[in-house]
Amino acid sequence: MNSTGLVQMLSVLAAGLPDDDGSSFWMPPQVSTVAQGVDWLFNFILAISVFFFLLIVVLMVIFVLRYRHREGESAEPSTSHNMALEVTWTAIPVVIVIVIFVFGFKGFLDMSTPPANAYEILVEGQKWSWTFTYPNGYVDSDLHVPVDRPVRLVMGSRDVIHSLYIPAFRVKMDVVPGRYSKAWFEATRPGEYDLFCAEYCGTSHSGMIAHVVVHPVGEFETWLEKASNFLDTMSPVDAGRKLFQVRGCQQCHSVDGSSKTGPTLLGVWGRPASFTDSSTTVVDENYIRQSILEPQARVVAGFEPVMPTYQGRLSDPEILAVIEYLKSLDAASSEE
Amino acid sequence: MATGPDRSNYLTTGRGVLSWLFTLDHKRIGVMYLVAITTSFFLGGVFALLVRTELLTPGQTIMTADAYNKMFTLHGAVMIFLFIIPGIPAALGNFVLPLMLGAKDVALPRLNLTSFWFWMIGAVFALVSIIVGAVDTGWTFYTPYSTTTGTAVISMTLGVFILGFSSIFTGLNFIVTIHKMRPEGMTWFRMPLFLWGLYSTAIIQVLATPVLGITLLLLVAERALGIGIFDPTLGGDPVLFQHFFWFYSHPAVYIMILPAMGVISELVSVFSGKHIFGYRFIAWSSIAIALLSFLVWGHHMFTSGQSGITNMIFSALTFSVAIPSAVKVFNWLATMYKGSIRLAAPMLYVLSFLFLFAIGGLTGLFLGALSTDIHLHDTYFVVAHFHYVMFGGTVIAFLGGLHYWWPKMFGRMYSERWAQLAALLVFVGFNLTFFTQFVMGSHGMPRRYYNYVEEFTTLHQASTVGSYVLALGFFIMAGYLLHSLVRGAPAPANPWGSATLEWETTSPPPAGNFDVELLAGDPYDLDALRYDPGVGGWVRKDPRSILVAAGGAG
Repeated sequence: MNSTGLVQMLSVLAAGLPDDDGSSFWMPPQVSTVAQGVDWLFNFILAISVFFFLLIVVLMVIFVLRYRHREGESAEPSTSHNMALEVTWTAIPVVIVIVIFVFGFKGFLDMSTPPANAYEILVEGQKWSWTFTYPNGYVDSDLHVPVDRPVRLVMGSRDVIHSLYIPAFRVKMDVVPGRYSKAWFEATRPGEYDLFCAEYCGTSHSGMIAHVVVHPVGEFETWLEKASNFLDTMSPVDAGRKLFQVRGCQQCHSVDGSSKTGPTLLGVWGRPASFTDSSTTVVDENYIRQSILEPQARVVAGFEPVMPTYQGRLSDPEILAVIEYLKSLDAASSEE
Repeated sequence: MATGPDRSNYLTTGRGVLSWLFTLDHKRIGVMYLVAITTSFFLGGVFALLVRTELLTPGQTIMTADAYNKMFTLHGAVMIFLFIIPGIPAALGNFVLPLMLGAKDVALPRLNLTSFWFWMIGAVFALVSIIVGAVDTGWTFYTPYSTTTGTAVISMTLGVFILGFSSIFTGLNFIVTIHKMRPEGMTWFRMPLFLWGLYSTAIIQVLATPVLGITLLLLVAERALGIGIFDPTLGGDPVLFQHFFWFYSHPAVYIMILPAMGVISELVSVFSGKHIFGYRFIAWSSIAIALLSFLVWGHHMFTSGQSGITNMIFSALTFSVAIPSAVKVFNWLATMYKGSIRLAAPMLYVLSFLFLFAIGGLTGLFLGALSTDIHLHDTYFVVAHFHYVMFGGTVIAFLGGLHYWWPKMFGRMYSERWAQLAALLVFVGFNLTFFTQFVMGSHGMPRRYYNYVEEFTTLHQASTVGSYVLALGFFIMAGYLLHSLVRGAPAPANPWGSATLEWETTSPPPAGNFDVELLAGDPYDLDALRYDPGVGGWVRKDPRSILVAAGGAG
């Protein structure tokens, strides 16, 4: 048996046979062009690890059984060092780690070098949501991409460090405030996959999850066009609901009466709100507009002034749509 | 040599709390450290159990997201800074090091006591931080989260800053002691390997810890005074903090593991009844690890956006650390070959160590390789990896050392049967807790997650059950060790048949350690000893061979 065959046998023993989608006992499905290469190296290292682990443990067990202390006996005389042996078992790991290093570096070069024709999407992380801006200016809270086309992400953060992580693509890159980081991938199979924040960022770090939707050939463009015209094609209430969901509002504001990081927005319209500075006001269009654009100006009593401003991030028609949506929440609750 | 039970020893010389708090006796300082760090371990363990219990179900189980974030931060901070960094050097090392040298004390006893007091003051700051609102930054204090969060970060970082001095003082003291106080006959390459472990640890403590201190002061300056160093809104660079932080905190990993490797080297020889194999390779590999440990910090930052060339260099350097670690494992195995292996409790921890450290070390290969690390970074795979090294390596070796030197420290034997049960429970519980986390991690479960996607539920629950088994093991251990203090059979001077000098004095030793000046021979020449049923322990075949006054027959 040659060494590749041995590696394959050991890794199958350790990892089980891969499924059709490339997932295995150890790994999630393979949905990007680099995933297979990453998994190959993973299995290669796994095979080496299993070999050495078994070597160590089996020898240990054999020695314990074979050389177990017996009453009245002491250890057989044996040498306490052997230069040739020790140099050998120093040299073998040296060779192995050099091989692993080279494979890892080669794989990394592929992962960090996007093709020139990549489709570019801007990514912004904030506590605790993602926004994805497409070339036509459309913004979504999920990452939609075409299949079989390289996509390049240019990423920034509005507050602390986040990290964009798509396990199915084997892609991870930190999103750091004050600079842009870049990542790229080419999805190989349509479907929906998880996108996590991998760098701890506070209260709802584990809720900072988005979906990656890989569209089949030709369907991405149709989706983008339809999605981009939502202000024209949807009623203001529906458009407002969509904005509320995709622009990060719902990460902190519930619409079912429960308190999250911010106050619930159910049934607040037209009612008085009291603030941390003890003042009060009735919630109307002007107050909502100010809360969106200057969130620290008046903070509802009992909450921290942590909301980021949406100045320059929501247009006037979009703010109007959100206002209509909030009104509808009130209408719905008063009907009940 | 007198071995009567009514002879006064270091525990009975001087009574009252003050005689302990102001003692200059390295043995008492070691015991105080032991009490302090095991208390910290208990506290950190409680935090860990709360974390694991919360993760029994997705969403809220027993606490809010904010409480959970504080729990895992406190678990990490307490375990790292209060328990595992001082762990073996300050508790076991303080007790054993001068005894191994046949000396009366460390070179600088007052500095030693100062170190303990600084530990106490640092711990008080950490406790104050916990009481006034705790910290939710993770033990890594990454900026700009740590400079903007509303929790008690300043108090905690000042605590860690002060603990750093405690660590530096211990390291400095050990370096001076080993250089200046080795007995006649103990050349560098006749030092017990535990001392090589402590010596290489001390190098890192003295050289790396100041960087942590400076980093934390800069963090406090940014938080308290608004000086922009790390926060980009103030003109700082958040990734700079990661470089500073890991410049200390990666070598700190070796502050934790090097003394553990030293303990294993002692134990594997004694309980295999055989000279250690490849002494020089083990000794040099400790020094190699200490030096290389300074050059690998960037492997914590492969996804931080640092340049590709930087990633490449750090990946290559990282693999170089694997070599000396592998060499040690092979040497320990070779020591067992043709030995006469006694499976007493300390040896069970050696076997446990070899099993777990092998997994911890080998999984490091996945994380050192660039392309696989991108996928595994900041997932449970990393959590499992460092627990296999820190717990499977350091804590297991600490427990092995504790069971090995316990008779010397307190003059009492513990129940071997209960000790074996506890060792087994710890081994099984640990593997159940953390092996499951490798699988979760490679499937993409990010770390520090309060909530998780449904597919991970079964593995999380298995992990939590494992943590309860682990806790049961420690509960039993606490029981029989405390029991042994009052009811344990009196320990002979040398219960295990070891050839190092700490076993040449009574158990427990007198305040001054030795009545005579000792001559050091080969610390692994176990053939120089024989079992004496009369004293229930081991004695030298030729007691005069280690006496300076007798001119040394060896």
